[in-house]
Amino acid sequence: MTTPVFGRRDPDGRGYFGEYGGRFVPETLVEPVEQLERAYREARADERFGAELAVLLARYVGRPTPISEAARLQTSLASDAGGGGAARLWLKREDLAHTGAHKINNALGQALLAVRMGKRRVVAETGAGQHGVATATACALLGLECVVYMGADDMARQALNVYRMRLLGATVTSVAAGSRTLKDAINEAMRDWVTNVGRTYYLLGSVLGPHPYPLMVREFQSVIGREARAQYRELAGRPPDAVVACVGGGSNALGIFDGFVDDPAVRLIGVEAGGEALVAGRHAARFATGAAGVLQGTRSYILQDAAGNIELTHSISAGLDYAAVGPEHAWLRDLGRAEYTSVSDAEAIEAFGALARSEGILPALESAHAVAYACRLARELGGDGSILINLSGRGDKDVETLRDRGEG
Amino acid sequence: MSRLDGIFAGLRAEGRTGLVTFTTAGDPDLERSAEVLRVLDRAGADVLEVGVPFSDPLADGPVIQRASERALAAGGTLATALDLVAGVRASVGAGIVLFTYANPVLRMGLTTFMARAADAGVDGVLVLDLPIEEADALRSAAAGAGIDPIFLLSPTTTEARIRRAAALGRGFLYGISRLGVTGARDTVAAGATEHAGRIRAVTDLPIALGFGISRPEHVAAVGRWADAAVVGSALVDVIARNASGDLAGEVERYVRWLRGAVPVRTRE
Repeated sequence: MTTPVFGRRDPDGRGYFGEYGGRFVPETLVEPVEQLERAYREARADERFGAELAVLLARYVGRPTPISEAARLQTSLASDAGGGGAARLWLKREDLAHTGAHKINNALGQALLAVRMGKRRVVAETGAGQHGVATATACALLGLECVVYMGADDMARQALNVYRMRLLGATVTSVAAGSRTLKDAINEAMRDWVTNVGRTYYLLGSVLGPHPYPLMVREFQSVIGREARAQYRELAGRPPDAVVACVGGGSNALGIFDGFVDDPAVRLIGVEAGGEALVAGRHAARFATGAAGVLQGTRSYILQDAAGNIELTHSISAGLDYAAVGPEHAWLRDLGRAEYTSVSDAEAIEAFGALARSEGILPALESAHAVAYACRLARELGGDGSILINLSGRGDKDVETLRDRGEG
Repeated sequence: MSRLDGIFAGLRAEGRTGLVTFTTAGDPDLERSAEVLRVLDRAGADVLEVGVPFSDPLADGPVIQRASERALAAGGTLATALDLVAGVRASVGAGIVLFTYANPVLRMGLTTFMARAADAGVDGVLVLDLPIEEADALRSAAAGAGIDPIFLLSPTTTEARIRRAAALGRGFLYGISRLGVTGARDTVAAGATEHAGRIRAVTDLPIALGFGISRPEHVAAVGRWADAAVVGSALVDVIARNASGDLAGEVERYVRWLRGAVPVRTRE
């Protein structure tokens, strides 16, 4: 069993990745986030902490998750493509992790940190419900009180996950303010944290928020990239041409990118939610129409209007339906190290169906965005190419959404 | 000496507890919001905090969140808040402090914002999610425009950071007397005395103490430890309840009621 090796690309002392990141919090939270940073730095330097997490990841989460080849999907793309063929497609199977998504990697890491800090009450936000379920699961395992904030609209479209959280003993609190989605759930979770800061740990679910969250969440997710790099080398003998992942806040993407970022021959591609159209209020592609700004503790690319108010977003997938992207993604984009693109609701739904029928896998609608772009890229790269897709979660939670739209 | 320096020096000379009011710019609409500011000044407020409406007010409780939503729905923005101040400045003697979240200000550009704020007659600026560590650019832009940067101090603020805020802040320090988001409470937090004492121990800058103040006895109590009391959510609630009635009259009655109980200050 290997102890996780924490990542190398630390932000600067003030939590900046280039000009993104930082710590834009109300005064009451300044000292708590500094305490959190100190506790996290102690924990990551403590071999016992790493070993304890590694045991949980192996024996409780079921890691390492495998890499599967999507051979029938490749064949169907190749026949569409005419003579050029299509690249080989490989799936990093985070959908097979306990609770059905990569979110558990971070939730367990931070829940262990909460225990270490002596905090017995955990608050979290959730969009699609996957982070809420992962947090409720980690809290049940470690005996912590768990309160999950969720936008009222998200609760309606992810009713099954709401019920799962409640079965796991968590309190799920509906947020009816603002756009009634993830952004509003984060506002409410931060308000709870400000109010109950002494005994409460805020377990943020993505590479967002004030420093040290973007660093910490990426490091807890980098287990995906470490595994994938070693597994892929064994399977294919060389690194893939491209690694593709969906980007809401962007934690699954940074997790898998981390294994390949030092290898400049590997293209890193993040896929945002193109929604219905790249028009204000109808998508969540921050790099397509956003601009740098500050939201919920961090400076990054955000969707905002001319007055600096946050725009409403839309995506078929609740987990990508958010107005800001993680600051490290903005930095990787500025550096030219990662590329970002977007895929529409319709393309994601089509990719969901294609993967289901050709591979027997129902991907989360979030992950279906990565699959959709990878299919496009596979035809461009042709038969000599190879693409590794992070299949960040399973699609059972989305079955009702698809049924309501008359899919299948 | 800035206008805020003059106001607080005057309060100390008179031995009187100052009253700082918070309202949201454009609540319930821009015209009546201007009327509210004039009424507050006439009823005896010493400093008017003017909140800039924002889509994601994460430091605010439900009362001020709803005020922000009403103002946004009525077309309120940072630019209209500045216009609002410019429109009332000539007829208002009180100090005017703009309360805002960072993003609208950064979107406008710090230098442009400070220049426009100075033109409008703004005396001080407090950015709720821009702690001292992120405020270097804000402070230099404010200094260039002759505007006082106001910093907020919470019960979780360490003594080292209180010292930094006292060294870098101008005008007054805004102490919040309990944890949590904005909102009225029945009693002022028990920790308020201690918090004000911690600030007073390291600086002679004026202190305005807020969060939870709604009654004249709260104002009187705060006067024992601080230079001024801040009333926010309770006043915003008066505006919300009377938006379709005698708004100016009710606001004036409420503030005179709060002020009426303010005795000559006796320090503990």
